[in-house]
Amino acid sequence: MLTIATGNKAVAAAVKQVSPEVIAAYPITPQTEIVEQIAEYVTNGELKSQYIPVESEHSAMAACIGASITGARTFTATSSHGLLYMHEMVNWAAGGRLPIVMANVNRALGPGWNIWAEHTDSMQERDTGWLQVYVSTVQEAYDTTLMAFRIAEHNDVLLPVMVNLDGFSLSHINQSLETVDLGDFIPPLRLPHAIDVKNPRGYGPLTGPEDYFKFRWDIERSMRDSVKVIESIENEFFRRFGRSYGFTDDYQCEDADVVVVSMGTLGKEAEVSIDLLRKEGIKAGSMRIRWLRPFPKLDLKGRDVVVIDRDYSFGYGGILAEAVRSTCRAEPYSVIAGLGGQEVTYDDIAGFIRGRRPGEESWFGVTPDV
Amino acid sequence: MTEIPKEEYLFKCTSACAGCSSSLVLRYVLKAAGPDTVLVMPACCTSVIQGIYPNTAMNVPVYNVAFAAAAACASGMSAAFRAAKKSTNVIVYAGDGGTVDIGIQALSGAFERRTDFLYICYDNEAYGNTGMQRSGATPTGARTTTTPGGKPDTKKDIDRIVEAHDPPYMATACSAYPHDLFKKVTKALSIRGPKFIHVLAPCPPGWRYPTEQTVEMGKLAVKTGMWVLFEREYGKVTINGPSRAAMIKPLPVEEYLGPQGRFKGISREAVDALVSLARRNAKRLSLEEEGVC
Amino acid sequence: MYEIRIHSRGGQGGVTAAKLLALAAFRDHKYATAFPFYGAERRGAPVVSFVRIDESPIRVYSQIKKPDLIVVLDNSIMDVVDVLHGLRPGGKVLLNGTLPHDMKGFQTLSVDLTTIALRLNLVVAGSPILNTPVIGALAKMGIVSMDSAKSAISEMFSDDRNVKAAEAAFQELVL
Ligand SMILES: Cc1ncc(C[n+]2csc(CCOP(=O)(O)OP(=O)(O)O)c2C)c(N)n1
Ligand code: SF4
Ligand SMILES: [Mg+2]
Repeated sequence: MLTIATGNKAVAAAVKQVSPEVIAAYPITPQTEIVEQIAEYVTNGELKSQYIPVESEHSAMAACIGASITGARTFTATSSHGLLYMHEMVNWAAGGRLPIVMANVNRALGPGWNIWAEHTDSMQERDTGWLQVYVSTVQEAYDTTLMAFRIAEHNDVLLPVMVNLDGFSLSHINQSLETVDLGDFIPPLRLPHAIDVKNPRGYGPLTGPEDYFKFRWDIERSMRDSVKVIESIENEFFRRFGRSYGFTDDYQCEDADVVVVSMGTLGKEAEVSIDLLRKEGIKAGSMRIRWLRPFPKLDLKGRDVVVIDRDYSFGYGGILAEAVRSTCRAEPYSVIAGLGGQEVTYDDIAGFIRGRRPGEESWFGVTPDV
Repeated sequence: MTEIPKEEYLFKCTSACAGCSSSLVLRYVLKAAGPDTVLVMPACCTSVIQGIYPNTAMNVPVYNVAFAAAAACASGMSAAFRAAKKSTNVIVYAGDGGTVDIGIQALSGAFERRTDFLYICYDNEAYGNTGMQRSGATPTGARTTTTPGGKPDTKKDIDRIVEAHDPPYMATACSAYPHDLFKKVTKALSIRGPKFIHVLAPCPPGWRYPTEQTVEMGKLAVKTGMWVLFEREYGKVTINGPSRAAMIKPLPVEEYLGPQGRFKGISREAVDALVSLARRNAKRLSLEEEGVC
Repeated sequence: MYEIRIHSRGGQGGVTAAKLLALAAFRDHKYATAFPFYGAERRGAPVVSFVRIDESPIRVYSQIKKPDLIVVLDNSIMDVVDVLHGLRPGGKVLLNGTLPHDMKGFQTLSVDLTTIALRLNLVVAGSPILNTPVIGALAKMGIVSMDSAKSAISEMFSDDRNVKAAEAAFQELVL
């Protein structure tokens, strides 16, 4: 069906179709619409899930964990401080190898209170063992949420997946949305290590130095295996529904002398900058990172690179810039822009590219000439 | 009648909704507390009411802190002030969600440790800041955006939970009775140790009644016996005047529920549940007042 | 790309008007996006919503700086907000009812949406509904087709007085 919807509503629509057995969530701006929409679906009978209106995000993830280990499919959604408050359980979900799917609506961290878009919230969770994907349109939010369940639940993965969408700029924008008839795209979940009273086992017990690292390695092995799984599920999605996205969304990169690397809605806005620059004769391209974990192999050899970080690691640098620097041996021009919803337009992005200073870092609005 | 100071510590023209009673509550709390006061505030409607940087709507320091953390943060602040021989009032000003749900662990810890502070919970019976989702303090049958069919569960009785910590002073209040509130805050701040005041704060957009009925709504809550005004000083309960009258002859509960859109279409069973809960509470409080239990 | 900025007060339906307009444009087989600018404000505060309409997919997310059209659902906002800010040369303004404001030479159209809503008793929580009649006025201006306007309204609202209100605004707006 073709309609228009917000990013939040698109996520809720996907969740409704997947129909997880248990949903536990806690409201927080700008994610609230997802929770409210799901509560409405459950109340009017369109969604048969058990909906648990928990008292905090720590409990939201804990409830998902408790449900998931019985073999139930689970979903939650959060943002910013909610995600941080969940942090302990976020680690637990991955360590417990539970295929939970979570939507995180990216928002800045306090203090001061700020409800607008920034990626530092989910970036701070990047080492937890979750797969992380960042989307840029309402359609992509919907499609990716559907695929997230398949990927998380794949036997070679069995790790949770976080679908990230920019607060307000994507969560609250209305764009066209084509919903699909799922058919058997999402088969019933079979969790191999589900709790079974006929086969009593201890889950997550005391584990000594001679064993602990093996479980850690096992997470990493699955993370590496997930690359193929993501590819194959994207392919299947394309065959069934005609859309696919890839690890990165590349725009005019083939012949580009300079590539701007970014995530989320800024990555779409950047495409408009590329059109502008091409008209000026500058051979620019845009590469929007979709999957942050597992981090994709990027081909940026022989080009100038501009990385826009909507996040920061204090005392270190833009987190995406650091990833590009270390995995591609590039010397990017690192621009920190869009923190806490700071307005960044395609004109601004074109300016970053024109005025690039490889190897340097600039803060938009702080560093002179940026 | 108590003299209420003319000094204002909450400036006018805040970004509160028209008819917001919780900002009225804050106004009287600050009048009673005076200038030697720090407010510790978790995320809530009042975080918005305080204004956007670099402005502030309050004439005392306001320390904003994460949603779950207010009482713990206040513990640290109070310990530091007292260590420095300062008697500055440390007041947590939190919503019902920040109190009965996500903040309850910190609240319990601070009360158990006998933190010298005043905890004020203004209760609009939902998560106002995020647009009126259910909280543990939402009453049975009330529609919120996460309980579109009416809340099936019962309002969590935070007063009895706090009571179990045996604080030297605790009370309930209501925005429609500002003098009573003022007196209770004044009294609480004269006592050392953890104090708790739970204030009913009707909310026009959340409860869905016309803004000009905000005082009336608070009065109706008390007159129908749905909200009981009482104090508990060193374990001794006193039921306050308006509630005493309501216990003898309560107005029909429909007068309180009827004008509120959130109770539209509420089932008979839910109304009965609300009424029997209120009766049970009233009875328990009267017995306690008489020293029977 | 055609860019529209809608000024309203929280609770007046400016955000929904933007969504309706985008849906109508979409039903006209165009691309459209609609988004509000959310300040941390409460009910009654001025709110701005944006609509973009184009023949090709829209990849711009930043706020509209130079709108082609400005819609004002509550003229009292003009006392506190410079609604003409950034309006392109040759841009237009649509007001709800006339007011002796200086429109700085911009072509200004007006229709009394509030009266239309009150006449049809389209009132929610004491406020007249302006978001459906305004779509009729915008259809008259040719921003979307009237057929699509009507179908967008009936997709989102079951009460057919909303369509009637749009039709009334369509008729009453003098170009
Ligand atoms: C950890 C965390 N989760 C969620 C939120 C989002 N949030 C902010 S205020 C609020 C509700 C507050 O409700 P209440 O305490 O009743 O105060 P009110 O807004 O009603 O005044 C929520 C859910 C947050 N800031 N932090
Ligand atoms: S939502 Fe309710 S409590 Fe919050 S500011 Fe508005 S009236 Fe006050
Ligand atoms: Mg509340």
